[in-house]
Amino acid sequence: MSSTKTIRKIGKFLFSSTGVAYLLILPSLIVIFGVIMWPVLYSLYISFHKMYMVHPGKFPFIGLENYGKALHNPVFWAAVGRTFYFTGVSVGISVIIGLGIALVLNEDFRGRAFMRGLIILPWALSSVVNGMMWKWIYNGNYGALNGLLLQLGWIDSYKVWLSNWKIAMNLVIIAEIWKETPIGVIFILASLQTIPGALYEAAKVDGANAWDRFKHVTLPLLKPIILLLIIIKSIWAIRDSFDIVYMITRGGPGESTQVVTFYAYIATFKFLRFGYGAALAYLITLIIFIFTVVYVRLIYYREKMWEEER
Amino acid sequence: MKILNFLKLLPPYKVLIYILVIIIFIFIIAPFVWLIISSISTKIELLSIPPHWIPHSPTLKNYKAILFGGVRTSKTIRYFKNALINSVIIASSVTIFCLIIGSMASYSLTRLKFRGRQPFFLLILTVQMVPAVSIIIPFYIVMMNFRLLDTHLGLFITYCSFTLPFVIWIMMRYFQTIPVNLEDAARIDGCSRLGALVRVVLPLAAPGLAATGIFAFIVAWNEFFFALILTSINAKTLPVLVSEFSSKFGADYLMMSTGGVLASIPPVVLALVFQKFIIKGLTGGAVKG
Repeated sequence: MSSTKTIRKIGKFLFSSTGVAYLLILPSLIVIFGVIMWPVLYSLYISFHKMYMVHPGKFPFIGLENYGKALHNPVFWAAVGRTFYFTGVSVGISVIIGLGIALVLNEDFRGRAFMRGLIILPWALSSVVNGMMWKWIYNGNYGALNGLLLQLGWIDSYKVWLSNWKIAMNLVIIAEIWKETPIGVIFILASLQTIPGALYEAAKVDGANAWDRFKHVTLPLLKPIILLLIIIKSIWAIRDSFDIVYMITRGGPGESTQVVTFYAYIATFKFLRFGYGAALAYLITLIIFIFTVVYVRLIYYREKMWEEER
Repeated sequence: MKILNFLKLLPPYKVLIYILVIIIFIFIIAPFVWLIISSISTKIELLSIPPHWIPHSPTLKNYKAILFGGVRTSKTIRYFKNALINSVIIASSVTIFCLIIGSMASYSLTRLKFRGRQPFFLLILTVQMVPAVSIIIPFYIVMMNFRLLDTHLGLFITYCSFTLPFVIWIMMRYFQTIPVNLEDAARIDGCSRLGALVRVVLPLAAPGLAATGIFAFIVAWNEFFFALILTSINAKTLPVLVSEFSSKFGADYLMMSTGGVLASIPPVVLALVFQKFIIKGLTGGAVKG
């Protein structure tokens, strides 16, 4: 008797709005816990241990020692510095170029639809192909950059660009900018289209020239999207710096392009110091988490979804 | 001359726009076009100084060699077909799986009121940003213990970690654009909630599902970090193979660029053909309009 009652109760719950909602969310929730939350926590656990894969049996708890080692290591701080340089320069320039391109593509010209579609090309390439492509362009013996500069008469002989530690990082950044600019263009274009034309008409009537209209109408209205772009792109740049560095320079020459994601990779999978690597990974996550908090707040307050509940 | 006459007729600011458009055009396509040109060049032309920007005798023999084997068939080239198949299997299975469970979750988040909706929404937003590097070590250890290294299943599991959150996120946008009234009407006509979901909402969400699917497929197809660490021979994907072209096997620039172009064809074609959907998917969350 009671069991049929329970079943009926469960059945009723399952067909209620809440029941259906939980049922639909459950698979995703399980996957997210299994493949994201749990590994993140397990990573934290490992970071408190000495885990040197050369001695797989030993796994002693050492508290915060791995973190201490990282924070007292100048190599780590140098890598963090490079990561900020990489992120700041690539995000800054790609947002500015993106804004410029978006403003041009927002004008009326023949082939506008075609150009707007084409802009997605660099985004669609994988970071591996992108890295390989630019490494080939920079090639010291046969590269297109050398060929071009020689024909223009800017250099007398071919140069091995990537073994120059002073410019290697900037060459990596150029490759990153090329790939990451489209996202900015796409976001800013979409945002430009939401600006009512009447605003420009009104500004024109008031005697504002093109620069004034840009400065006082366009830019203030684009400010939220540009802020969001800077946050998202910074997270992506920190996260994805590994691929492009791996492909173009492998951290070299010397350690001049060793960003912190690459340093963590080397420590973990080359020197097999998993505990130390996990601590490094956690420090990277911490940096990204700060950006994520800003991102979540930005998105969250845009959502009208919660208004009725607040 | 025709072009010059055309430009003369335009007001000066329009001329400026066209010049800028041409610069943008070159900026966007030049590096990739150079990769394509490299792939159809002969070795002599490519390695001359300065290189022949437009090959005098273009050839497809590099493609033939990489796809069907040939005289210069190195080991890596024989792996190409294998990697291609692996990439197809992994990217499509991850896409389909995440699309199914992800769209269920996003429907629930946009349409139903329940306790825990808000925290779940925040969870989705936050986990989108978890970097691969912070979860790779546990994955590696577990997969080593369960003998999942270098298997399709192993990659499939890890790929869900970045695919599922953004599938849920993008699908929420599409569900929000479908009027609730339609669903209510179906329910008044006697449909259950699930019935309304299957018969009314899903058909309307089909374009959104397709767009999200394409998006997920491209991202999974291009993934490198997990594949580099978790595969070695059997489950190796195209990006890992392409990375080996440019390092392990000396300086075979022809094979390298040919492999790079081939690996780029699916994502580039999908992105260009479905650009409208992808742009909507990319910007939906950030731009209101």
